[in-house]
Amino acid sequence: MTDRLLPILPTDAPPTEPARLVDDFTPALIDVGAHNLCPGCGEPIAMRSVMEVIAEQDLMRQAVAVFGIGCYTAFSNNLDCEVLQALHGRAPSLATGVKRAMPDTVVVTIQGDGDMVNEGLQEVVHAAARGENITCVLLNNGVFGETGGHMTATTTLGQRTKNSLEGRNAADHGYPIQMAALLAGLEGSAYVARGAVNTAGNVSRTKRMIEKAVDVQRRGLGFSFVEILTMCPTGWFVETEEAPAYLDGTIAAVHAGGVLKDVTST
Amino acid sequence: MTTLLTRGTVVIDKEACKGCDLCIDACPPQVLVMTTHELNDRGYRYPQLLPGCTGCKACSQICPDFVFQVYRYETPIEIEVADEGGA
Amino acid sequence: MVAQLMEGSEAIAAAMTAAGCRFFSGYPMTPFTEVLEHMAKKLPPVGGVCMNAESELEAVGMAWGAAATGTRSATGSTGQGLSLMQESITELSLARLPVVVLNMARSQAEYWQATRGGGHGDWRRIVLAPMDVGEATELVQLAFHLADRWRNPVIVYGDYYIAHTYQSVDVQPIDFGPLPENEWALTGATGGSGRARLVSPLGDTKQRDDVGYDLADYYRRVHAHQVAMIEGTEALVETGHLDDAEVVVVAFGTPGKFVRFVVEELRAEGVPVGYVRPITLFPFPSTVVQAAAQRARVVGVYENSNGQLVDDVRLAVLGAAPVEFIGGLSLDGSAFGIGPEITVPEIRARVLRLCESAGCVPEGVAR
Repeated sequence: MTDRLLPILPTDAPPTEPARLVDDFTPALIDVGAHNLCPGCGEPIAMRSVMEVIAEQDLMRQAVAVFGIGCYTAFSNNLDCEVLQALHGRAPSLATGVKRAMPDTVVVTIQGDGDMVNEGLQEVVHAAARGENITCVLLNNGVFGETGGHMTATTTLGQRTKNSLEGRNAADHGYPIQMAALLAGLEGSAYVARGAVNTAGNVSRTKRMIEKAVDVQRRGLGFSFVEILTMCPTGWFVETEEAPAYLDGTIAAVHAGGVLKDVTST
Repeated sequence: MTTLLTRGTVVIDKEACKGCDLCIDACPPQVLVMTTHELNDRGYRYPQLLPGCTGCKACSQICPDFVFQVYRYETPIEIEVADEGGA
Repeated sequence: MVAQLMEGSEAIAAAMTAAGCRFFSGYPMTPFTEVLEHMAKKLPPVGGVCMNAESELEAVGMAWGAAATGTRSATGSTGQGLSLMQESITELSLARLPVVVLNMARSQAEYWQATRGGGHGDWRRIVLAPMDVGEATELVQLAFHLADRWRNPVIVYGDYYIAHTYQSVDVQPIDFGPLPENEWALTGATGGSGRARLVSPLGDTKQRDDVGYDLADYYRRVHAHQVAMIEGTEALVETGHLDDAEVVVVAFGTPGKFVRFVVEELRAEGVPVGYVRPITLFPFPSTVVQAAAQRARVVGVYENSNGQLVDDVRLAVLGAAPVEFIGGLSLDGSAFGIGPEITVPEIRARVLRLCESAGCVPEGVAR
């Protein structure tokens, strides 16, 4: 293909030949697509998947998204889905309050690793142990993105962050917490999975995990959790196009993808 | 004259693009190329489409800035491509 | 309408349930624990939920989430537990959510915490301070009304005495009048409408309305709501014998009831003393205290702390009369409950000393 002089095709208007729209610019429930997150950030990709699941399952009139605090908080006011904004780390308790007061809602938390695994570790662990019928989504990029890219409890050994510039080392900084594994070990957890958004294939697989998690919630089977590894080229000090490979090689090497627990699959 | 079978196409909102390049590697038939000199109003390079798109929507799914609208032709079309050395 | 002998904690739980509270979350801590116990028994039969939260932070978080759905919600603890909740309580004011927060206090030393917007920032909350079980059952219900009225948490300042005193009460729902219609609660229903709701301490505007993120502007707007709340809330206060009082004693809560008793006793013996018992600690009944101070030789402040209410009294009196602190921290050996100094003889002695210093104790009054 590269040997030929291939023409650049017009792409500023829909095709004149008969064609079917298979994917639109902005997913159904994202009001305004423009955001100021960094080029190459994985979080909007993950948000798209979550919102697509809610829209495709026709859950928008039942859904409440509970947001933590991080870069992704930028999405708290551009979704056409009801949003409850929590403080850093506190989304699981707020989500519990919503779900207990209104059991028919579908409650999904959106939290980063700094939010969930640092500040809010006890909240999510207790919610999981309680078997709370909520779905917690962890956007894990191994850094505190919004405050400048510092180390979190999930930062992997060797990962360079603003305050571990030589790479995280166990002697000084201890070891990363593998959140999905931690929660999978609790009896109240019904579905625990880890996906990623660094390749189109992973985006599809992750979307299926989110669908499954929401299904588990709607069936009242207990706590569901989807950890989504996202790119943060800014926090990782890599070029945007290198971030997908960096994710595979560094973050996913420790926080391995897959379904760790699924009570429906016995 | 050679043609490339093309099953789909995209509409690219070039002003929305932040030049991250994720779509380039994500595209399985590798039909997206970034501009080299042209920039959008925000100063970023943006993707352009070559013949051979399959309408698989990998680009729209991987794009953090919702730049792509993806279409699949009802009937795949043949797009003429220039031979090496040809006009 | 049959009065029942009830422990204060149970009476408060009955009052909350009568007010329509259908979500309660708490963490055990003395002397709040029994309220949690009673709510756990009272809420499920009426379709409510009582959560044993795993921490105070999670307790206030759960109440936050439930309140966001438009459900009447409450939480509580004692002073130390409320300290843990302060970030959330402050941000609840910014999210403009109604939550009733109980402080079943061990003393009166959380006056500042309650009235000064205990966490960061200077966001205020109405604070109601009952003097006994009966008044608690009314004020707790008023708290839910005011919380809904102003879309702001309301703090009820109780204590160990109220929690554990048995009193005969007939708890009936009280109608405080109409409330504005709820146009903000989250139930999922507005999703996909183009106008999906947002409840957030960071703002209330949506990106689609082309409003940039401006937290400073949002804070200004919340402040305007706070001003409306302060100006629109009547400061509740009980007073006695102020018309010709040469000595005025200010006290709130359980000690306020003791002070009232002592003042009545001394009046009967001819001592020209009066009292002011603030019932809303915020908004503070400054006008009443000011007026009482104009005619007085001295204003005494009795409180079970090292001196916090006295600040507000000094501010209200503003030099019209000297203000003397005659209180002090009185705790039992465990520091859980109110201690031995809160007795009629002890308080009478302190009030009399104050009156003596002002030269207004008639001959023959027993010290």
